[in-house]
Amino acid sequence: MIAEPAVSERADGKPPSAAVSHLRRLEAESIHILRETAAEFRKPVMLYSIGKDSSVLLHLAMKAFHPGKPPFPLLHVDTTWKFREMIAFRDQRARDLGLDLIVHTNTEGLSQGIDPFTHGSARYTDVMKTQALRQALDLHGFDAAIGGARRDEEKSRAKERVFSHRSAAHRWDPKNQRPELWSLYNTMLAPGESMRVFPLSNWTELDVWDYILLEDIPIVPLYLAAKRPVVERDGALIMVDDQRMPLLAGEEPRWRSVRFRTLGCYPLSGATISTAATLPEIVREMMASRTSERQGRMIDRDSPASMERKKAEGYF
Amino acid sequence: MSYHEAPTIAATDVPRLEQDDRPTLRFVTCGSVDDGKSTLVGRLLYDSKTLLDDQLDALASESKTVGTTGGDLDFALLVDGLQAEREQGITIDVAYRFFATKLRRFIVADTPGHAQYTRNMATGASNADLAVVLVDARKGVITQTRRHSHILSLLGVRHVVLAVNKMDLIDFDGDRFAAITAEYLTMAGQLGISQVQCIPVVAPDGDNIVAASARIPWYTGPTVTAYLESVDVAGDVSQRPFRLPVQWVNRPHAEFRGFCGRIASGTIATGETIAVQPSGRRTQVARILTPGGERDRALAGESVTLTLADEIDVSRGDVLTAGSAPQVSDQLAAHLVWFDDEAMVAGRRYVLKCGAASTGTVITTLKHRIAIDTMAQESAATLEANQIGYVHLSLDRPLVFEAYRDDRDMGSFILVDPISHRTAAAGMIDLSLRRATNIHWQQLAVDKPVRARLKQQRPCVLWFTGLSGAGKSTIADLVDRRLAELGRHAALLDGDNLRHGINRDLGFSNAERTENVRRVAEIAALFVDAGMIALVALISPFRNERELARQRVEAGEFIEIHVATPIAECERRDPKGLYRKARAGELKGFTGIDDPYEAPQAPEITVDTSELSTDAACERIIRYLREHDYL
Repeated sequence: MIAEPAVSERADGKPPSAAVSHLRRLEAESIHILRETAAEFRKPVMLYSIGKDSSVLLHLAMKAFHPGKPPFPLLHVDTTWKFREMIAFRDQRARDLGLDLIVHTNTEGLSQGIDPFTHGSARYTDVMKTQALRQALDLHGFDAAIGGARRDEEKSRAKERVFSHRSAAHRWDPKNQRPELWSLYNTMLAPGESMRVFPLSNWTELDVWDYILLEDIPIVPLYLAAKRPVVERDGALIMVDDQRMPLLAGEEPRWRSVRFRTLGCYPLSGATISTAATLPEIVREMMASRTSERQGRMIDRDSPASMERKKAEGYF
Repeated sequence: MSYHEAPTIAATDVPRLEQDDRPTLRFVTCGSVDDGKSTLVGRLLYDSKTLLDDQLDALASESKTVGTTGGDLDFALLVDGLQAEREQGITIDVAYRFFATKLRRFIVADTPGHAQYTRNMATGASNADLAVVLVDARKGVITQTRRHSHILSLLGVRHVVLAVNKMDLIDFDGDRFAAITAEYLTMAGQLGISQVQCIPVVAPDGDNIVAASARIPWYTGPTVTAYLESVDVAGDVSQRPFRLPVQWVNRPHAEFRGFCGRIASGTIATGETIAVQPSGRRTQVARILTPGGERDRALAGESVTLTLADEIDVSRGDVLTAGSAPQVSDQLAAHLVWFDDEAMVAGRRYVLKCGAASTGTVITTLKHRIAIDTMAQESAATLEANQIGYVHLSLDRPLVFEAYRDDRDMGSFILVDPISHRTAAAGMIDLSLRRATNIHWQQLAVDKPVRARLKQQRPCVLWFTGLSGAGKSTIADLVDRRLAELGRHAALLDGDNLRHGINRDLGFSNAERTENVRRVAEIAALFVDAGMIALVALISPFRNERELARQRVEAGEFIEIHVATPIAECERRDPKGLYRKARAGELKGFTGIDDPYEAPQAPEITVDTSELSTDAACERIIRYLREHDYL
């Protein structure tokens, strides 16, 4: 995996160009948002989902507070159904960067045996992700949770604020959002309320990949094509990551060259047939792509408004 | 649906980022309801090939089920993201969309046309370089068009595309188009909108969106896309004096002290002299850390960390400046766009946020309201939601700023209601009401440390808060006596007593209570400056006001003492008979009965006189002062 985001070592000594380039402008805006969060909240936390957006977010946080460390811990909501490579990557990154990592699992859901195969993606996501996240935020008393969501991901995301208010019950009220003007953020909270903060709001998926390429940011190898055992189910290619996945009649895992555009729980993440095994190849593939990244996500398909409803209930 | 095969990779190399530097244009769309804004934006996305196959599939299926176009592609569905909007067929909140052409990247804020949602339009306009204003060719320039254009002008948007939509419904009548254009240009001229391009379009069919319309041969100007790709909106903030609002002080270890922020304007180089505002102290820039590494120069728009040659006091909210001095004042005149459903109250306190600075403020006067339709100034007592006015503001602390017309970042602010926490208004600073723009704090020869040494004590505020009858005054009085016995110099500010003197003009409305607390906080701060220990006994029910009082003095100088006697016990004692009156309805707005008391979340000291004698409470406080080196 690739170089560390050590800021000072990267000095190129070149004079700045007359205008700040597109990615540098996005980077500057995100760092501004991260610093506002650190300055304005009592106890912020960064949601670390291990995916490419989280990798970029973490990289930006390292830069924002360099030569110090980010003044907040990382929180990973572990459903226990993440790809094994993701967990290994997560632990390695936290160790390499010397950061405080909190891992939270909804043990109640676990003991009830909630899993994505028998309980369906909607119920499973609610219990093991949405409820788990709320538990973790309440348990530690975090008043701001920084996430890597982008406005280009999905229609209800496009309307969300950079600093998005949550009631004491973690609910998002889309019709009653605080107006957000210039770079001024209203960060005031009543007791029990909290804020979700989205520093990557104005990034697109391509920007994220461009930036990963530019900055050599480490990512989970699952984003790169390799031969992996997959089965075709409901029109998606699901990787058989461990023994817990029940195979249906006639299903036989086949080793195919695939990669993932988004990562989450392996039973809910559809793979793409691809031979793009390097970052430049991925970016090239992206530029020619005719489908959106969420196409591989099972949970958005429930209904056209499913993401809006999940978000109102506290899903990230 | 079958799984998607990734497309074949082209043989050409990916363009390196430094080469792919298409500039970004941020624009906002506005117009009245049903003028077709969302359709226009959806059409721009569609025609720029930004939409992907699965999104097009979803659009086709949703057009059939919830579309308003009889099964044809309903482009508005691409941007009307919230379920409620799709059901009602209208846009209720601002949505941000991204697309790119060969020449430029675009971020578009699609904003609603309802009168009651004007605040969202102002939001979208605040970061826009340009606005696309839609009018319905059948209706022409209407009240909403004037209102939106006025907001654009106030928010400093100088470039407008007037898209005259639904030309097909007036049979592509060129004379009608010319009349609408003429009316709009007259209005834009009055508003100071300098650049207007008028384009006749049919958004659902794509006429003059990307391709020139064969149905409108008499129009020979650019299409919407061609204009957006070529218009020059650059106002180079790098040419202005250097301004860096300090967001965060980075002190990872004793050897490093960096000041972080995004440069609002100008450029800076190592070795250059900067001034810290508002203190006015000067030093040189030692190092410049940027996200791309350490450099010897940085410019507007970059998020940087500076270290300075000298150890001088800089905190969040200060502004590092070079070149001509910025304006510094605590008395401002500004335009306000009122957002909150609760109307503006002159004399009431709000929290003002400008850059990284935050301070309490009072709107002293509403000079006039601006009638949207005629742009006339009219006298008014208040501003309701979606109204625009010109006000005078009095700030608790001097603010470092520039006029909004010169610098959007340094001249804009929001007002936050300290109780509801809603964003009450957006403001654009016009000018300072004090002629001298460079009043700095007089550096006094005899300062606080000198006075404190004289008294052999660390000056501080002991702020007793709690319900009526909790025992605040009794305990404060005991502490005052104990301090006198110990040879220390204190002063007791009692809420009831002050209401007979300096605060006798104040009643008990929320606004007046706020002012009461503010005055007491100011007096306490003066005592601290004089090297004394100020004891304040005041119900002070609102957390934010106590927080503002805390901010009036330096860190470590404010000791919040929560006299946390339970309300049942206070009511049982009822030393002044007030609870009885409140229960009988003879006293309105009584804290704890029909008005809230917001208990401190992290007071330095908590005492409960239902568990602790007043003497024991007093000793606990004295012990705290000793243990923390105040005595």
